[in-house]
Amino acid sequence: MAKRESSLGDKIAIDMTPMIDVVFQLMSFFMCTLKVVAPEGDFDIRMPLGVAAAAAPDDQQVPPVRVKLSAGPDGGLASIAMNGTAVTDFDELRKRIIGLVGTDTGPNSLAERTEVELDCDYSLKYVNVVRAITAVSGKVQDGQVVELIKKIKFTPPKRG
Amino acid sequence: MGRKKGGSPSTTDIDMTPMIDMTFQLITFFMFVMNFSEAEQDDRIQLPSSQLAKPVEGALESPITLQLTNKGTVIYAGELVAVTDVGTYLEREKTVMLDAGKEPNAATVIVRADGRSKTGEVQQIIRMCQEKGFERFALRAQYDEGR
Repeated sequence: MAKRESSLGDKIAIDMTPMIDVVFQLMSFFMCTLKVVAPEGDFDIRMPLGVAAAAAPDDQQVPPVRVKLSAGPDGGLASIAMNGTAVTDFDELRKRIIGLVGTDTGPNSLAERTEVELDCDYSLKYVNVVRAITAVSGKVQDGQVVELIKKIKFTPPKRG
Repeated sequence: MGRKKGGSPSTTDIDMTPMIDMTFQLITFFMFVMNFSEAEQDDRIQLPSSQLAKPVEGALESPITLQLTNKGTVIYAGELVAVTDVGTYLEREKTVMLDAGKEPNAATVIVRADGRSKTGEVQQIIRMCQEKGFERFALRAQYDEGR
Protein backbone atom coordinates (compact mmCIF):
# COMPACT_ATOMS: atom_id res chain seq x y z
CA MET A 1 0.00 0.00 0.00
CA ALA A 2 2.69 2.39 0.94
CA LYS A 3 4.54 1.66 -2.24
CA ARG A 4 1.57 2.39 -4.40
CA GLU A 5 0.92 5.70 -2.80
CA SER A 6 4.47 6.83 -3.16
CA SER A 7 4.57 6.08 -6.87
CA LEU A 8 1.27 7.66 -7.69
CA GLY A 9 2.30 11.04 -8.99
CA ASP A 10 5.57 9.96 -10.57
CA LYS A 11 6.15 9.51 -14.26
CA ILE A 12 7.40 6.01 -14.92
CA ALA A 13 10.33 5.91 -17.28
CA ILE A 14 10.13 2.80 -19.44
CA ASP A 15 13.40 1.60 -20.84
CA MET A 16 12.84 1.65 -24.56
CA THR A 17 16.18 0.19 -25.55
CA PRO A 18 15.22 -3.53 -25.89
CA MET A 19 12.08 -2.72 -27.80
CA ILE A 20 13.88 -0.49 -30.23
CA ASP A 21 16.55 -3.15 -30.66
CA VAL A 22 14.00 -5.75 -31.55
CA VAL A 23 12.09 -3.42 -33.81
CA PHE A 24 15.22 -2.51 -35.74
CA GLN A 25 16.17 -6.17 -36.04
CA LEU A 26 12.77 -6.91 -37.50
CA MET A 27 13.00 -4.00 -39.85
CA SER A 28 16.39 -4.99 -41.16
CA PHE A 29 15.17 -8.58 -41.61
CA PHE A 30 12.21 -7.52 -43.71
CA MET A 31 14.32 -5.07 -45.66
CA CYS A 32 16.93 -7.70 -46.49
CA THR A 33 14.43 -10.37 -47.50
CA LEU A 34 12.58 -7.97 -49.73
CA LYS A 35 12.83 -9.09 -53.32
CA VAL A 36 11.36 -6.94 -56.00
CA VAL A 37 9.75 -9.21 -58.54
CA ALA A 38 8.26 -8.28 -61.85
CA PRO A 39 4.57 -9.15 -62.08
CA GLU A 40 3.92 -12.31 -64.03
CA GLY A 41 0.93 -13.65 -65.84
CA ASP A 42 -0.26 -16.90 -67.31
CA PHE A 43 -1.73 -18.13 -70.53
CA ASP A 44 -3.94 -21.03 -69.57
CA ILE A 45 -3.92 -23.89 -71.98
CA ARG A 46 -5.90 -27.07 -71.61
CA MET A 47 -4.48 -29.66 -73.88
CA PRO A 48 -5.29 -33.31 -73.17
CA LEU A 49 -3.51 -35.93 -75.21
CA GLY A 50 -5.38 -37.33 -78.15
CA VAL A 51 -8.79 -35.92 -77.29
CA ALA A 52 -8.85 -33.56 -80.26
CA ALA A 53 -8.73 -36.43 -82.69
CA ALA A 54 -11.26 -38.51 -80.79
CA ALA A 55 -13.82 -35.76 -80.34
CA ALA A 56 -16.86 -36.35 -82.48
CA PRO A 57 -17.61 -33.51 -84.88
CA ASP A 58 -20.82 -31.68 -84.09
CA ASP A 59 -22.61 -28.58 -85.29
CA GLN A 60 -20.98 -26.41 -82.67
CA GLN A 61 -17.53 -27.40 -83.80
CA VAL A 62 -15.68 -24.76 -85.77
CA PRO A 63 -12.62 -25.83 -87.73
CA PRO A 64 -9.48 -24.71 -85.92
CA VAL A 65 -7.49 -21.76 -87.16
CA ARG A 66 -4.07 -23.00 -88.09
CA VAL A 67 -1.26 -20.58 -87.44
CA LYS A 68 2.08 -21.62 -88.83
CA LEU A 69 5.20 -19.97 -87.46
CA SER A 70 8.34 -20.69 -89.44
CA ALA A 71 11.81 -20.17 -88.04
CA GLY A 72 14.81 -18.65 -89.77
CA PRO A 73 18.28 -20.16 -89.49
CA ASP A 74 18.98 -18.40 -86.16
CA GLY A 75 15.64 -19.28 -84.60
CA GLY A 76 14.13 -15.92 -85.45
CA LEU A 77 10.73 -15.60 -86.99
CA ALA A 78 10.85 -16.06 -90.75
CA SER A 79 7.19 -16.11 -91.70
CA ILE A 80 3.69 -16.36 -90.29
CA ALA A 81 0.83 -18.03 -92.08
CA MET A 82 -2.80 -18.31 -91.05
CA ASN A 83 -4.79 -21.11 -92.63
CA GLY A 84 -2.23 -21.32 -95.40
CA THR A 85 -2.11 -17.62 -96.31
CA ALA A 86 0.91 -15.54 -95.42
CA VAL A 87 0.56 -12.84 -92.79
CA THR A 88 3.10 -10.03 -92.52
CA ASP A 89 3.24 -9.52 -88.75
CA PHE A 90 1.41 -10.20 -85.50
CA ASP A 91 -0.76 -7.07 -85.76
CA GLU A 92 -1.89 -8.28 -89.15
CA LEU A 93 -2.56 -11.71 -87.63
CA ARG A 94 -4.72 -10.13 -84.92
CA LYS A 95 -6.68 -8.19 -87.55
CA ARG A 96 -7.27 -11.39 -89.51
CA ILE A 97 -8.46 -13.15 -86.36
CA ILE A 98 -10.85 -10.29 -85.59
CA GLY A 99 -12.03 -10.41 -89.21
CA LEU A 100 -12.69 -14.12 -88.79
CA VAL A 101 -14.40 -14.32 -85.40
CA GLY A 102 -15.52 -10.74 -84.84
CA THR A 103 -15.28 -8.95 -81.53
CA ASP A 104 -18.25 -10.60 -79.87
CA THR A 105 -16.78 -12.77 -77.16
CA GLY A 106 -19.90 -13.59 -75.20
CA PRO A 107 -21.01 -17.09 -74.26
CA ASN A 108 -21.27 -19.45 -77.21
CA SER A 109 -19.91 -16.80 -79.56
CA LEU A 110 -17.78 -17.70 -82.53
CA ALA A 111 -14.67 -16.46 -80.74
CA GLU A 112 -15.37 -18.71 -77.79
CA ARG A 113 -15.85 -21.80 -79.92
CA THR A 114 -12.93 -21.24 -82.25
CA GLU A 115 -9.66 -22.90 -81.50
CA VAL A 116 -6.22 -21.85 -82.65
CA GLU A 117 -3.68 -24.50 -83.47
CA LEU A 118 -0.11 -23.32 -83.39
CA ASP A 119 2.26 -25.11 -85.71
CA CYS A 120 5.78 -23.98 -84.88
CA ASP A 121 9.19 -24.96 -86.14
CA TYR A 122 11.37 -26.76 -83.61
CA SER A 123 14.12 -24.15 -83.48
CA LEU A 124 11.80 -21.14 -83.30
CA LYS A 125 12.51 -18.90 -80.34
CA TYR A 126 9.79 -19.22 -77.73
CA VAL A 127 9.29 -15.46 -77.47
CA ASN A 128 7.60 -15.57 -80.91
CA VAL A 129 5.12 -18.14 -79.66
CA VAL A 130 4.15 -15.89 -76.77
CA ARG A 131 3.73 -13.02 -79.24
CA ALA A 132 1.51 -15.18 -81.43
CA ILE A 133 -0.59 -16.27 -78.44
CA THR A 134 -0.87 -12.62 -77.41
CA ALA A 135 -2.01 -11.69 -80.91
CA VAL A 136 -4.73 -14.32 -81.12
CA SER A 137 -5.94 -14.22 -77.53
CA GLY A 138 -6.90 -10.59 -77.36
CA LYS A 139 -6.04 -6.97 -77.75
CA VAL A 140 -5.68 -3.96 -75.53
CA GLN A 141 -8.07 -1.20 -76.42
CA ASP A 142 -8.06 2.04 -74.41
CA GLY A 143 -6.42 0.23 -71.54
CA GLN A 144 -9.10 -2.48 -71.53
CA VAL A 145 -8.35 -6.04 -72.54
CA VAL A 146 -10.66 -7.37 -75.23
CA GLU A 147 -10.47 -11.14 -75.29
CA LEU A 148 -10.57 -13.01 -78.57
CA ILE A 149 -9.73 -16.69 -78.82
CA LYS A 150 -8.97 -18.48 -75.58
CA LYS A 151 -8.61 -22.04 -76.80
CA ILE A 152 -5.07 -22.58 -77.93
CA LYS A 153 -3.29 -25.81 -78.70
CA PHE A 154 -0.05 -26.90 -80.28
CA THR A 155 0.58 -29.39 -83.00
CA PRO A 156 2.75 -32.31 -81.89
CA PRO A 157 6.44 -31.36 -81.73
CA LYS A 158 8.57 -32.04 -84.76
CA ARG A 159 12.22 -32.89 -84.65
CA GLY A 160 14.20 -30.92 -87.16
CA MET B 1 25.84 29.61 -23.85
CA GLY B 2 23.69 30.58 -20.95
CA ARG B 3 21.39 27.77 -21.75
CA LYS B 4 24.15 25.20 -21.63
CA LYS B 5 25.30 26.30 -18.30
CA GLY B 6 21.80 26.28 -16.90
CA GLY B 7 21.15 22.76 -18.13
CA SER B 8 21.23 19.97 -15.60
CA PRO B 9 23.93 17.30 -15.87
CA SER B 10 21.28 14.55 -15.98
CA THR B 11 20.45 12.68 -19.21
CA THR B 12 18.32 14.42 -21.74
CA ASP B 13 14.89 12.94 -22.45
CA ILE B 14 14.43 12.31 -26.14
CA ASP B 15 10.87 11.83 -27.26
CA MET B 16 10.93 8.41 -28.90
CA THR B 17 7.30 8.36 -30.00
CA PRO B 18 7.70 9.64 -33.61
CA MET B 19 10.63 7.36 -34.26
CA ILE B 20 8.81 4.29 -32.98
CA ASP B 21 5.72 5.25 -34.97
CA MET B 22 7.72 5.52 -38.14
CA THR B 23 9.64 2.32 -37.52
CA PHE B 24 6.44 0.37 -37.00
CA GLN B 25 5.02 1.83 -40.19
CA LEU B 26 8.11 0.66 -42.04
CA ILE B 27 7.90 -2.83 -40.54
CA THR B 28 4.26 -3.11 -41.54
CA PHE B 29 5.12 -1.98 -45.05
CA PHE B 30 7.93 -4.49 -45.47
CA MET B 31 5.79 -7.25 -44.02
CA PHE B 32 3.06 -6.62 -46.56
CA VAL B 33 5.30 -6.42 -49.58
CA MET B 34 7.16 -9.56 -48.59
CA ASN B 35 6.74 -12.21 -51.22
CA PHE B 36 6.51 -15.78 -50.00
CA SER B 37 6.12 -17.41 -53.40
CA GLU B 38 9.54 -16.51 -54.70
CA ALA B 39 10.78 -20.10 -54.65
CA GLU B 40 9.48 -20.77 -58.13
CA GLN B 41 11.22 -17.85 -59.75
CA ASP B 42 14.67 -18.06 -61.12
CA ASP B 43 16.99 -15.36 -62.40
CA ARG B 44 18.32 -17.65 -65.10
CA ILE B 45 15.02 -17.42 -66.94
CA GLN B 46 14.19 -14.35 -68.98
CA LEU B 47 10.49 -14.62 -69.53
CA PRO B 48 8.99 -13.21 -72.69
CA SER B 49 6.66 -10.33 -71.95
CA SER B 50 3.06 -9.96 -72.92
CA GLN B 51 0.35 -7.44 -72.22
CA LEU B 52 -2.32 -10.08 -72.12
CA ALA B 53 -0.86 -12.59 -69.71
CA LYS B 54 -3.52 -13.09 -67.06
CA PRO B 55 -2.08 -11.97 -63.71
CA VAL B 56 -1.63 -14.87 -61.32
CA GLU B 57 -4.39 -14.71 -58.73
CA GLY B 58 -3.84 -16.77 -55.66
CA ALA B 59 -2.22 -20.15 -55.68
CA LEU B 60 -2.96 -22.67 -58.40
CA GLU B 61 -4.12 -26.11 -57.44
CA SER B 62 -1.17 -28.53 -57.16
CA PRO B 63 1.22 -26.55 -59.31
CA ILE B 64 4.25 -28.16 -60.90
CA THR B 65 6.78 -25.62 -62.10
CA LEU B 66 9.07 -26.48 -64.99
CA GLN B 67 11.51 -23.79 -66.01
CA LEU B 68 13.22 -24.07 -69.36
CA THR B 69 16.49 -22.21 -69.78
CA ASN B 70 17.78 -20.91 -73.09
CA LYS B 71 20.43 -23.63 -73.03
CA GLY B 72 17.84 -26.36 -73.27
CA THR B 73 17.90 -27.53 -69.67
CA VAL B 74 15.01 -27.66 -67.28
CA ILE B 75 15.11 -26.34 -63.75
CA TYR B 76 12.87 -28.58 -61.71
CA ALA B 77 12.71 -28.06 -57.95
CA GLY B 78 15.96 -26.10 -58.04
CA GLU B 79 17.84 -28.79 -59.95
CA LEU B 80 19.13 -28.64 -63.50
CA VAL B 81 17.71 -31.53 -65.51
CA ALA B 82 17.97 -32.42 -69.20
CA VAL B 83 14.73 -32.03 -71.16
CA THR B 84 14.63 -35.74 -71.91
CA ASP B 85 14.86 -36.64 -68.19
CA VAL B 86 11.84 -34.57 -67.19
CA GLY B 87 9.64 -37.60 -67.74
CA THR B 88 11.15 -39.40 -64.73
CA TYR B 89 10.39 -36.49 -62.45
CA LEU B 90 6.91 -36.14 -63.86
CA GLU B 91 6.29 -39.80 -63.16
CA ARG B 92 7.19 -39.09 -59.54
CA GLU B 93 4.80 -36.10 -59.46
CA LYS B 94 2.10 -38.32 -60.89
CA THR B 95 2.65 -40.94 -58.20
CA VAL B 96 2.46 -38.24 -55.53
CA MET B 97 -0.79 -36.98 -57.02
CA LEU B 98 -2.30 -40.45 -57.18
CA ASP B 99 -1.23 -41.18 -53.61
CA ALA B 100 -3.00 -38.03 -52.52
CA GLY B 101 -6.14 -39.33 -54.21
CA LYS B 102 -6.07 -36.82 -57.02
CA GLU B 103 -5.98 -37.32 -60.76
CA PRO B 104 -2.99 -35.88 -62.62
CA ASN B 105 -5.30 -33.72 -64.72
CA ALA B 106 -6.20 -31.69 -61.63
CA ALA B 107 -2.66 -30.38 -61.48
CA THR B 108 -1.44 -27.36 -63.38
CA VAL B 109 1.96 -27.47 -64.99
CA ILE B 110 3.47 -24.01 -64.96
CA VAL B 111 5.87 -23.64 -67.85
CA ARG B 112 8.33 -20.83 -67.30
CA ALA B 113 10.31 -20.91 -70.50
CA ASP B 114 13.01 -18.47 -71.45
CA GLY B 115 12.14 -16.28 -74.43
CA ARG B 116 15.25 -17.46 -76.24
CA SER B 117 14.60 -21.16 -75.78
CA LYS B 118 13.46 -23.36 -78.61
CA THR B 119 9.73 -23.82 -79.06
CA GLY B 120 10.33 -27.48 -79.92
CA GLU B 121 11.72 -28.05 -76.43
CA VAL B 122 8.71 -26.39 -74.83
CA GLN B 123 6.48 -28.63 -76.91
CA GLN B 124 8.54 -31.66 -75.95
CA ILE B 125 8.01 -30.83 -72.27
CA ILE B 126 4.29 -30.35 -72.83
CA ARG B 127 4.15 -33.64 -74.69
CA MET B 128 5.85 -35.49 -71.84
CA CYS B 129 3.39 -33.95 -69.38
CA GLN B 130 0.49 -35.05 -71.55
CA GLU B 131 1.81 -38.58 -71.66
CA LYS B 132 1.79 -38.65 -67.87
CA GLY B 133 -1.80 -37.43 -67.82
CA PHE B 134 -1.27 -33.76 -67.06
CA GLU B 135 -3.40 -31.60 -69.24
CA ARG B 136 -3.58 -28.18 -67.68
CA PHE B 137 -0.78 -25.85 -68.60
CA ALA B 138 0.02 -22.29 -67.74
CA LEU B 139 2.52 -20.67 -70.02
CA ARG B 140 4.03 -17.98 -67.90
CA ALA B 141 5.03 -14.62 -69.28
CA GLN B 142 6.13 -11.40 -67.75
CA TYR B 143 3.21 -9.06 -67.44
CA ASP B 144 3.82 -5.97 -69.50
CA GLU B 145 1.86 -3.03 -68.15
CA GLY B 146 1.66 -1.57 -71.61
CA ARG B 147 2.96 1.57 -73.19
